[in-house]
Amino acid sequence: MEWIKELPDVPMGKLPPHLDLQRTRVQCNLDAPIHTDTFQYSGAYASMGVDNSTRLDTFRDNFRVEVIRLTEEEIEFDMIGIDPALANAFRRILISEVPTMAIEKVLIANNTSVVQDEVLAHRLGLIPIRADPRLFEFTENSTLNEKNTIVFKLHVRCEPDKPRLKVKSNELKWLPNGSEFPLVVEGSNQGSSSKPKTYTSFACSQKSLPEFSDHSIGAMEEIIISKLGPGQEIELEAHAVKGIGKTHAKWSPVATAWYRMLPEVVLLEEVEDKVAEQLKAKCPVNVFDIEDIGNGKKRATVARPRACTLCRECIRGGKEWEDRVSIRRVKDHFIFTIESTGALPPEELFTEAVKILEDKCERVISELS
Amino acid sequence: MELGSSDASKSTFSLTDEDHTLANALRFTSNQDPRVTFCGYSIPHPSDNRVNIRIQTTGEPAVDVLKDACQDLMLMCRQVRSTFVKAVGDFNLRNPKPVKDIQDKGDKAVQDSKMSEAVEDLQDMHID
Repeated sequence: MEWIKELPDVPMGKLPPHLDLQRTRVQCNLDAPIHTDTFQYSGAYASMGVDNSTRLDTFRDNFRVEVIRLTEEEIEFDMIGIDPALANAFRRILISEVPTMAIEKVLIANNTSVVQDEVLAHRLGLIPIRADPRLFEFTENSTLNEKNTIVFKLHVRCEPDKPRLKVKSNELKWLPNGSEFPLVVEGSNQGSSSKPKTYTSFACSQKSLPEFSDHSIGAMEEIIISKLGPGQEIELEAHAVKGIGKTHAKWSPVATAWYRMLPEVVLLEEVEDKVAEQLKAKCPVNVFDIEDIGNGKKRATVARPRACTLCRECIRGGKEWEDRVSIRRVKDHFIFTIESTGALPPEELFTEAVKILEDKCERVISELS
Repeated sequence: MELGSSDASKSTFSLTDEDHTLANALRFTSNQDPRVTFCGYSIPHPSDNRVNIRIQTTGEPAVDVLKDACQDLMLMCRQVRSTFVKAVGDFNLRNPKPVKDIQDKGDKAVQDSKMSEAVEDLQDMHID
């Protein structure tokens, strides 16, 4: 077998270009994309003397992150040199497993508005709560206390002689001392006890806890909850607890989180003059530019490949167009976008998601040993 | 957790309360291990919170290989996290947030001097 390796046309230690293209790019043809799968198996190219396994040190050397855009509620970054299995795990965790606080129980004392109790409760549940969920515990089956619950009060009334009133989420007032509604227990002789029982059992005010001293807790502002006509009134108390998006979407910390692979547009031949103009006109997102190359000649160039939406308009219109342009996606380059709902800044959401995947691994290791 | 292990090098592991998120990532890291001849996973029923991961190796106990796969995944995550935090830090350095609520006066002074430098740079550019 050794003599095979000596042959001049057997590239040892390196994949031939066409296989490397298949390994690293998705080819987007007119009818369908091809070579969409990744080659995970370490021995996939063993016959060519190429090791396909990712060693940790090579991963360390090749992995890069570049932040493109970062605002209070949105981040866009490029993640380069990672397998879709991991990128997708981060995305899934962001959507369904990073915890936040959301209103879970609503105690309605009075509701004469047109919005029914259950609809009102559902609407309240979907309001993002501006509170760091890492400071709270999961409720599990324990009682509601200052470590796992945030209590809000909502009491609005539209006076009979006033015009219609919008009830916005700004009206939700945080009660750091817990519920104010007395718990009626039949048969027990209350009154003698120092503190009347309520629906929560807070040992102290949340304001006195050091972790809440520097950031106050509130609901996302300017969200319309209901409208009140003259004489109508809403009085209620809402209890927010910690949960994850898997249980209910209201606990999902992201409006959405998604990624796309980096588009790569390659001109397979020189595209000049009239054809260049045609090509530029074909693209609806303006990927191509035209440059002068002297002698009154013009040439098409790929100026903004990131903008490509894979509409494939540029390869439509006959075989000659398919031979001119090749549209590809880079398999290990992800353009990741995270839109936070407001509980945590988007960059912290991502680090939380990665931590959760680490915890999962740790759990499996400890269960196996 | 481990099922059908008459031969230690071929085992199926049943993980409760897990889904594609972990299983697919583990399948990736396991497949990257040269000792693994086969690795796949399945979710037997969509309403059970359970995933079965099958690992066959060239001879080593499958448990050890799975443990190493978890370890690899964890180290990769750590790398991702540190790289990400660094990238965000770099971005914030390049694009300083508008001076709004900086309590520390020293910080503000630094920011101000940076701002004035930036303004000077801009003016220089205009002159050139």
